[in-house]
Amino acid sequence: MKMKLSAEDMAPVAFTVALFVIWEAACRLFRIDTFILPAPTDIFAAMVKYWWPLLKNSFVTLWTTMAGFAIAVVFGIALGIVVGWSRTIYRGLYPVMIGFNSVPKVAVVPILIMWFGIGEIPAILTAFLISFFPIVVNVATGLATTEPELEDVLRALGASKLDIMRKVGIPRTGPYLFGALKVGITLAFVGAVVSETIGANAGVGHLMVQAGSNFQMPLVFAGLMALAIQGILMYAVFAAFERRMVAWAFRSSTGAGG
Amino acid sequence: MIALDNVTLTYPGRTGPVTALAGTTLHVRRGEFAAVVGPSGCGKSTLMKLVTGLIRPTSGTVAVEDKPVTGPVKLAGMAFQNANLLPWRTVLANVMLPLEIVPPYRQRFSRDKAAFQDKAMALLNVVGLGAFADRFPWEMSGGMQQRASLCRALIHEPALLMLDEPFAALDAFTREELWCVLRDLWQKLGFTVILVTHDLREAGFLADTIHVMSARPGRIVETRAVDFARPRELDVCYTPDFTQLVHELRGRIAEARQAA
Repeated sequence: MKMKLSAEDMAPVAFTVALFVIWEAACRLFRIDTFILPAPTDIFAAMVKYWWPLLKNSFVTLWTTMAGFAIAVVFGIALGIVVGWSRTIYRGLYPVMIGFNSVPKVAVVPILIMWFGIGEIPAILTAFLISFFPIVVNVATGLATTEPELEDVLRALGASKLDIMRKVGIPRTGPYLFGALKVGITLAFVGAVVSETIGANAGVGHLMVQAGSNFQMPLVFAGLMALAIQGILMYAVFAAFERRMVAWAFRSSTGAGG
Repeated sequence: MIALDNVTLTYPGRTGPVTALAGTTLHVRRGEFAAVVGPSGCGKSTLMKLVTGLIRPTSGTVAVEDKPVTGPVKLAGMAFQNANLLPWRTVLANVMLPLEIVPPYRQRFSRDKAAFQDKAMALLNVVGLGAFADRFPWEMSGGMQQRASLCRALIHEPALLMLDEPFAALDAFTREELWCVLRDLWQKLGFTVILVTHDLREAGFLADTIHVMSARPGRIVETRAVDFARPRELDVCYTPDFTQLVHELRGRIAEARQAA
């Protein structure tokens, strides 16, 4: 392996830089009012100027997201195993879950605020509600698609249903689970921010609403930027985690085939 | 050791009940190498599931070791056309899987792990996979995966080995190589084998007895003893007697297909 960076490695950086350059150029060329669309330089200036409120509120959003997501992971895995375990439960629960997942979570936030008041709890719960579904579905799918022949091999050895789950079902769910975690973390993030914009006294969503009502558009966009950076970082962490934990699922080029 | 008497199996299909087996009678002695051949879809795989107790017959009796089969028999090793190895385990760990499940090994597994590893390595050496124990299944060819699958089926020293077209997906040369691997394992360890196959040469080369099944609903229409001297070399497949045997079996199966 050479350490030389190829064009492919540089592509993400190049495209990001190009996006900002075009944006900046468009703002200057067409003399777009900062109040409509601030140029990247204005946004970066706002990010430097307001670094402390941005950082402080980012931490609030980060922890509510993680708290909600943690609940979603625990609950999602548990429910996924239950659903994947039995066809009856699967058939019975699936329509309910689909229905539940179809409800836009924005509509639920006001209810949560009525119940728990303005604060972090509605954000945590929204993050949880929005992100647990893909985890349940993926874990259940992983369990339900165990090869029947492999099950026969184990059953002929006298393996119990629990043995089969432990030795085959749960390990083979790994790639499905980690794939779901990657999707889930970004969803949880969306949920937390949505809840913050509707009713909260801290968090990036709250900061953006406040900045907006003060007509500080560069700060609103600085908030967006902070969200984008956090989102990418969280995704990257879980993608790296996935690569580490289920390396066997990424088999491709090295195999002799077969 | 294995006795199926007048076994019928009917299961509900999408367009009404399907009879997979009708009045099948099959006896296999301890240590015998039995092959079951027949046209495709004749219920050969159903037969395997009946013997291992994974399914129960609609009527008739299945007995293993003189005891009627009422649930999974727990003394069988199985291997299928698909090697079905677990991709997150190394070859060695795959082979050791039965030891984590079958008593009395499972109770001693964590304590005697080193000894079990030696046992698995010894078996892998016999099939020529000793150097590949730390590989993952997906790093190996189909033939190597199938060798590992055979080891997994045998590691807990089962009295009975059930093989469902284990070599059907391999190329001709690899297949013959694995015939010899199986022949040597059987001669060394002395277990009872039921080999389900549609390859008549495979049956002729390996088996003591060949049972021919009719088309669905399946039953045994002919039983042939194969008395080529042991140990057999691949050359036996090119003798006139062998060709004669395969030819006759071929005729019986053609009749069985016609009858359907």
